[in-house]
Amino acid sequence: MNDADKKRLLKEMIFFRRFEDRTFEAYMERKIGGFLHLYSGQEAVATGVLEKAMLGKGTDNDYVITGYRDHVHALKAGAPAREVMAELYGKETGSSRGRGGSMHIFDPSVNFMGGYALVGQPFPLAAGLAMGCKHKGTKQIAICFLGDGANNQGTFHETMNMAKVWNLPVLFVCENNGYAIGTHIDRSTAVKDQYKRVCAYDMQASQHDGMDIEIVMEAAEQAIDFVRSGKGPYFIEFMTYRFRGHSMSDAKGYRTREEEIEWEKRDPIRVFSKRLIEQGLLTEDDIKTMEREIDDEMENDIIKFAEESPEPKVEDLNKFVLDDNPDPRWIGPLQQ
Amino acid sequence: MAEIAYWEAIRRAHDEEMANNRMVIAMGEDIGVAGGTYKATLGLYDKYGEERVIDTPISENSYTGIGIGASMVGVRPIIEIMSINFALLALDTLVNAAAKIRYMSGGRAQCPIVMRTPGGTAHQLAAQHSARLARMFMSTSGLRVVTPRGPIDAYGMLKSAVRCNDPVIIIEHEQMYNLKEEVPDEEFFRPLEGAEIVREGSDITLIGYNFSVHLCLEAAKRLEADGINAEVLDLRVLKPLDRETIRKSVEKTHRVLIAEEDEAPVGVGAEIMALINEDCFFALDAQPVRIHAADVPVPYNARLEKAAIPSADDVYQGALKVMGKI
Repeated sequence: MNDADKKRLLKEMIFFRRFEDRTFEAYMERKIGGFLHLYSGQEAVATGVLEKAMLGKGTDNDYVITGYRDHVHALKAGAPAREVMAELYGKETGSSRGRGGSMHIFDPSVNFMGGYALVGQPFPLAAGLAMGCKHKGTKQIAICFLGDGANNQGTFHETMNMAKVWNLPVLFVCENNGYAIGTHIDRSTAVKDQYKRVCAYDMQASQHDGMDIEIVMEAAEQAIDFVRSGKGPYFIEFMTYRFRGHSMSDAKGYRTREEEIEWEKRDPIRVFSKRLIEQGLLTEDDIKTMEREIDDEMENDIIKFAEESPEPKVEDLNKFVLDDNPDPRWIGPLQQ
Repeated sequence: MAEIAYWEAIRRAHDEEMANNRMVIAMGEDIGVAGGTYKATLGLYDKYGEERVIDTPISENSYTGIGIGASMVGVRPIIEIMSINFALLALDTLVNAAAKIRYMSGGRAQCPIVMRTPGGTAHQLAAQHSARLARMFMSTSGLRVVTPRGPIDAYGMLKSAVRCNDPVIIIEHEQMYNLKEEVPDEEFFRPLEGAEIVREGSDITLIGYNFSVHLCLEAAKRLEADGINAEVLDLRVLKPLDRETIRKSVEKTHRVLIAEEDEAPVGVGAEIMALINEDCFFALDAQPVRIHAADVPVPYNARLEKAAIPSADDVYQGALKVMGKI
């Protein structure tokens, strides 16, 4: 990785952290409603994995799909930050035209195929995206990000089996943050190392530190090469931690402050900043400048866009339920 | 024009649509090498190969989900669920995903899947193979639900469903797969919207869908012998309902009976009655009657099973009641 890329990736991660913090503030101001699940602490995973995916090619990108903690995956996949923020504000200019909200960011123009609130549901959808890639005969792959909690759904086992049987080009990224909502993995899951669970399906798998973006990128590159070369699915597990609660209503009573402090020492932004400073690529002041630039963009462009955008019209309530321009040859009406 | 069975009509639609567009695939349990439990894909595995006629493991929720994911990127999957009871296992991907993805993406993504499944009682298959469940799918926003009553609709609606951009649930019936009808040899499509008057009449409207249309037709014949001229309306489509055709028929006959094989509570008949109340209450000359299944899990014992499920005689008796003859 060259120096410019290192600096860019650090700035991206700081941006993602700031984006999430800013949504928290907007939520407290009641400008964002519903549920809000923040990604702070796990930035190295989405940033590092997707840095190695095929991106920047619009609908020729790799397909990306995830659960409800989806803002950062969407942003890294290429969804414009203005539109993601506008979606959280419920605006017509939002990624999902204000119909989805925080948990359902979609941007098919960059092959970000959605955030889903049913835990484990993206497993089969991802395998389906991969089946589509295979069927179309492209070199694209599908990348599915989910947490360790999702692995206790039936869809995990059903999909791992079919992905392997049909040799689908899908990368399953397990972001193991140790908690299924508020239940620790030791109390919910018989096998602690998640990557071992797919051995039952004879699937390639590995486990890595998810708090160090360089480790993430190196591991992701190998896994993505494996999948793209047609060797079949791959399950990659990253050990990580979410710094905030499961959602806004989470008081985090299920974990200790000591545990949080230990993980905060491994904050992916702190780890990477320190390394780049030690390597002489950046100074503390450079990072402060980055943060100021990000704050400026956040307030004067992204938040401004979200706040000033129009809401959906009530007369459009019934739009998007079914195809709004159906072909009468298939739909009718029936001639009596 | 040749007389073909319902299953042959479905098979022909698969074959033509798969020949027409290589993005059309079929998937389900035992549909490939075995040719399908009801032969709906017989011979297609040999013709189109294992990548397009896919034998799935017994994992209804996830193979349906895989079909949905594939449909989001241009594949047109025809997903067979061997019995509608098993579709309950796939409700998460059907109801929480397929039905909602277009809406919650603000129209930016779509799931053009077809899910075919037989719903209904056959012969002593007992409670876990006899569900009907049409009412459950018809109450889900974002789905289309159709119920072909015979080979012409089974063929023409499947072809339309494959080409339509919405998720379409096709509810078939175990007792109809061998039902025969003259079907034109040339290609045609049947629309996914619109009820159909399958027998013109003036004294009473008998409303059915799926297998119950046949009960209505049989009852209509008997009513004719009594001098009662019954109109039979096949709903054909449970979502969206064609309230206009229902209204016109009721305004003509002023009397109505709804026959469904499902249980009554919160059912198809209840919904049709509500629409009639809203649309043509003052056209009614008599209270509408519902003929429906008993509110019990379907029993195994043949006598009990028969008692649980509506028959043509039940429809006939019900019609006499509407007519004030009993």
